Amino acid sequence: MAKVIFDADLCKGCGLCVDACPKGILQIAKDKINKKGHSPAEMTDESKCIGCAFCATMCPDCVITVER
Amino acid sequence: MAVVFQKPKALTDAPLHYCPGCTHGIIHRLVAEAIDELGIEGKTVGVAPVGCSVMAYDYFACDMVEAAHGRAPAVATGLKRALPENIIFTYQGDGDLASIGMAETVHAATRNENITVIFVNNAIYGMTGGQMAPTSLPGQVTQTSPYGRDTATVGFPIRVSEMLSTLDGPEFIQRVAVNNVKNINAAKKAIKKAFQNQVEGKGFSLVEVVSTCPTNWGLTPQKALEWVEEKMIPYYPLGVYKDRSANKEEK
Amino acid sequence: MAEKVLMKGNEAIAEAAIRAGCMHYFGYPITPQTEIAAYMAKRMPKIGGVFLQAESEIAAINMVYGVAGTGFRVMTSSSSPGISLKGEGISYLAGADLPALIVNVQRGGPGLGGIQPSQSDYFQATRGLGHGDFHLIVMAPASVQEMADMTAKCFDLSDKYRVPAMILADGTLGQMMEPVVLPEPTEYKPDKPWAVTGTNCERKHNIINSLYLKPEELEKTNFERFERYKAIEENEPLWEEFMMDDAEICVAAFGIAARVSKNAIMAAREKGIKVGMIRPITLWPFPKKPFKAAADKCKAFISVELSMGQMIEDVQLATECKVPVTLCNRAGGMIPSPEEVLEAIERAAGGNK
Repeated sequence: MAKVIFDADLCKGCGLCVDACPKGILQIAKDKINKKGHSPAEMTDESKCIGCAFCATMCPDCVITVER
Repeated sequence: MAVVFQKPKALTDAPLHYCPGCTHGIIHRLVAEAIDELGIEGKTVGVAPVGCSVMAYDYFACDMVEAAHGRAPAVATGLKRALPENIIFTYQGDGDLASIGMAETVHAATRNENITVIFVNNAIYGMTGGQMAPTSLPGQVTQTSPYGRDTATVGFPIRVSEMLSTLDGPEFIQRVAVNNVKNINAAKKAIKKAFQNQVEGKGFSLVEVVSTCPTNWGLTPQKALEWVEEKMIPYYPLGVYKDRSANKEEK
Repeated sequence: MAEKVLMKGNEAIAEAAIRAGCMHYFGYPITPQTEIAAYMAKRMPKIGGVFLQAESEIAAINMVYGVAGTGFRVMTSSSSPGISLKGEGISYLAGADLPALIVNVQRGGPGLGGIQPSQSDYFQATRGLGHGDFHLIVMAPASVQEMADMTAKCFDLSDKYRVPAMILADGTLGQMMEPVVLPEPTEYKPDKPWAVTGTNCERKHNIINSLYLKPEELEKTNFERFERYKAIEENEPLWEEFMMDDAEICVAAFGIAARVSKNAIMAAREKGIKVGMIRPITLWPFPKKPFKAAADKCKAFISVELSMGQMIEDVQLATECKVPVTLCNRAGGMIPSPEEVLEAIERAAGGNK
């Protein structure tokens, strides 16, 4: 059981976290825009998250907090 | 549940101005994590360069100084000589450290100035819009090498870590990259060691971080990471180029 | 009373700096100021201070910038070509409002020039020592004693106004030996809340910086700085008046040129010419007041300089071009002789007598 929290307004939608996720459960939101005008990253299926923090490791903007 | 990953305390809440996917943000975080883990934020003074990371002074929560282009190691020398008990680091790009500031870099290294230098090598001048850097690869197309870097007329890229490691002075020199999780974890260890060395009074410690510039390379953030793996790392091999204390222990 | 010692001007600056609590010196060898570095190299290690020979003048001034950011007193010294190299760093010191002392023991120029004394960096010191709108506090000693006294004064003013200060000397004064009473040693403990000394995790971080990307913010820093400059111009001009009470001719000269001029003035007085001298001690702020007053009673001014005529412009401005200002000068390392100055005085008085 793990939890990934996005500070979505800091996200620039670069997608480095999406590629880093070994479970393939992150995506760039298709229908959302944050304060900065970027489409932010989001979780698609938290139940599959293993809390490896690869996403947070790759994130250049400290968007992601991981709990496990 | 426990928090296993969060923004380090040594970073302020200011949103980073870097382009989407620029790995400066990762390197800032690694520096801040090292500062947090060593518990040295309160006595650290950082020196920001001129270049994309010029506003690093807004991002690090410790006291900060903004230096003239290339002069960060000289400014850091002044800071360290005045505040020997404090921890002084510079954060510099390739144009800053390896072109206009080469003399300051080499001499701080040869003095074994007890400072930590974070050298971000992304083979281009980012802030000014993508000009050829001292570390731009042969053939690399930039705004000022529009037909590709021609080594016959402008010479070859400078391998800073290799060059500095020929000096007797410096304590520790390692080249790392931040293009994948494994390399980032190795980079973190190297950066922490570069700070730890200063805490222990060992001397000049430089970590060269092979980084990206998706915007000026004209690549997506993902393709930029691939370019690091395929083009940058073969020219700039990762590894420890100098570790005087480790060598002493072996002998 | 403190004991008089015989010292070179350069050494007097170095010792006076240490006595003013300056424990950090950075420099790069250049004639004719090297005695300052040599003195510091000898003394600093003995008293727990820092002497560091930098890899260049550029590095030296940036080391100064680093120490200045911590609040400690710090200095560098050089001679003309080296000061040009420091220009970048001096502009940054000014832009970041950092106190520091820069000593220029001038030599002839331009370019590599020569190694003999000169005053041809007057414009550079008072007008354009680097890019951007800024001033330095500039003091011009005329004796070894003044070199010692001004060093302490420059540190005090620089700290008070957060404006870098310069001693503009020349090769003669640097090399000259004279008896000097050194100031009493003081310990300097910085108390500067803006300094970078580590937050101790107890306050928001301090930032030493001269970058403002928003033009309205940058303008604000310029306006604020010029308010301080205005206060300096009001409060700090220094000058010496010599035989000015009844003077009809006024010599303007600073530094070594003033010493030569004194001899010429005394010789002219013996010939019955009513001549005196105003010697600017601060070159910036330029002492406008005495010149303006003298313009009402003198019929001619002579600017005596070791340059092609630089201070003459300030004399003309201060006298509001009410009376003619002529130039008596030598350049390239040459010093006007008292006879040359006397001739100029005689010309101004109305032909050779």
